[in-house]
Amino acid sequence: MKKSILSFCFLLSVYLVNAQLFATKTGQIFFNATGGDVKIAAVNNQVDSKFISTTGQIIFGVLIKGFKFENQLMEDHFNENYMESTQYPKADFKGYMTNVKEVNFAKDGDYPVKVEGNLTIHGVTNKVSTVGLIQIKGGKPTMIGSFKIAIKQYGIKGSYIGDKIASEAIIKLNCKY
Amino acid sequence: MNQSVKFLFIFMLTLSSAKLQAQDIDLFAEKDTVKVKDITTATFKSSRVVNGQSIENVGVGVLDFKILHRFGAINQGGYELFGLDQATMRMGLDYGITNRLMFGIGRSTYQKQYDGFIKYKLVQQQKGLKEIPIGISWVSTLIYKSLKSAPDAQYIEYNTDKIAYAHQLLIARKFNDYFSMQITPTVVHYNLVSNSSLPNDFKSVGISMRQRITKRVNITAEYFYRIDKIEGYHDPLTFGLDIETGGHVFQLHVTNSTGMTERTFINETSGSWTNKDIRFGFNLVRAFTLKKPKALKNIQF
Repeated sequence: MKKSILSFCFLLSVYLVNAQLFATKTGQIFFNATGGDVKIAAVNNQVDSKFISTTGQIIFGVLIKGFKFENQLMEDHFNENYMESTQYPKADFKGYMTNVKEVNFAKDGDYPVKVEGNLTIHGVTNKVSTVGLIQIKGGKPTMIGSFKIAIKQYGIKGSYIGDKIASEAIIKLNCKY
Repeated sequence: MNQSVKFLFIFMLTLSSAKLQAQDIDLFAEKDTVKVKDITTATFKSSRVVNGQSIENVGVGVLDFKILHRFGAINQGGYELFGLDQATMRMGLDYGITNRLMFGIGRSTYQKQYDGFIKYKLVQQQKGLKEIPIGISWVSTLIYKSLKSAPDAQYIEYNTDKIAYAHQLLIARKFNDYFSMQITPTVVHYNLVSNSSLPNDFKSVGISMRQRITKRVNITAEYFYRIDKIEGYHDPLTFGLDIETGGHVFQLHVTNSTGMTERTFINETSGSWTNKDIRFGFNLVRAFTLKKPKALKNIQF
């Protein structure tokens, strides 16, 4: 009897922890850095993201090698010449949703959120702030966002940047938690 | 009564600690312990080192149009413009069926050969979930020499006599972004050889490497040591320069081989480096994406 109540409490506590920590390993991120005629765009379906609904703390992590291009050669160039993914295998974001209190996780709907934090790509960290959207559907949140980054701010070099490769890449994000 | 109070107390305690825990989790401090599969890519820059197959495949759904071009021997002097007046070439199409399987077909002007091959990645070099230090691929090539026998030949060859097969194991390792190496045990089988003292199977071992010198330029080298030899031929030795431009890899090289199929360049290389019987050549690759990767379908950028 005592044991069963204890285990019930334990289960409940685990449930409560989970209720406030949302996580996914299959988020999607796209980027488009097309500068000329050739489309330079890729998608990664293995975005690792977690956030805490109470504090608004949010993280994203992604493996650079996980970006899929239409063209294999382009993918190799992206990894070896631009992102140097052996040296810098990951890109991540660590920040806060500053107005997370305005999101009612129990009620379906679209909630705009302000996100601020540090984005690290190619070993270089820059502050970013953007506006995203949390969609609640059946108690499950989906994070949708879009923002631009200046490629050269992250120490990524190459003569094509600003020419065939746009100097600013558009990044789109879609994570179902 | 006393007991139930105790339970209630424990219950409250767990509940509050749970709440506390959620507030206390610091996502920023979390260590990355999850390991993911990290397959090594771009061991070589093209599916051929120069003449020989490399461990690279063309991407899935990608069709490569390859032109392999060799000039004449440079020791012919200025009259032949050091061989540039002459040319042999192989035109070919390669296609990636899956991430591991590809095939290719080609036609060489030299001996009017047709060839077709299938290449399969048996083991992929990777780290993360599993640590595999080398990659291994299998290639089987069929080579058909359509050149007709001389009209005064004592023996008119049957079509099957003109076929040779090459089976190769490609064992490669990318040591770092700058250096890769490959060892290629090879057997070339001739359906017909020119005299009875010769075996039908010719064994050889190839060794190839790639050294990156700048972001877009790599030096390659390729050598085959023939264990079974045909008299009068030499081991093939090639030095190349791989230059990457936006959508292409351009391979320039100096070699003593004329042929571009396994039979002709490994076992029947007539040129020798000591006589300067060597030639310039280049490989051109143009890639066409026929099938978009699954991940990119239904996505609007």
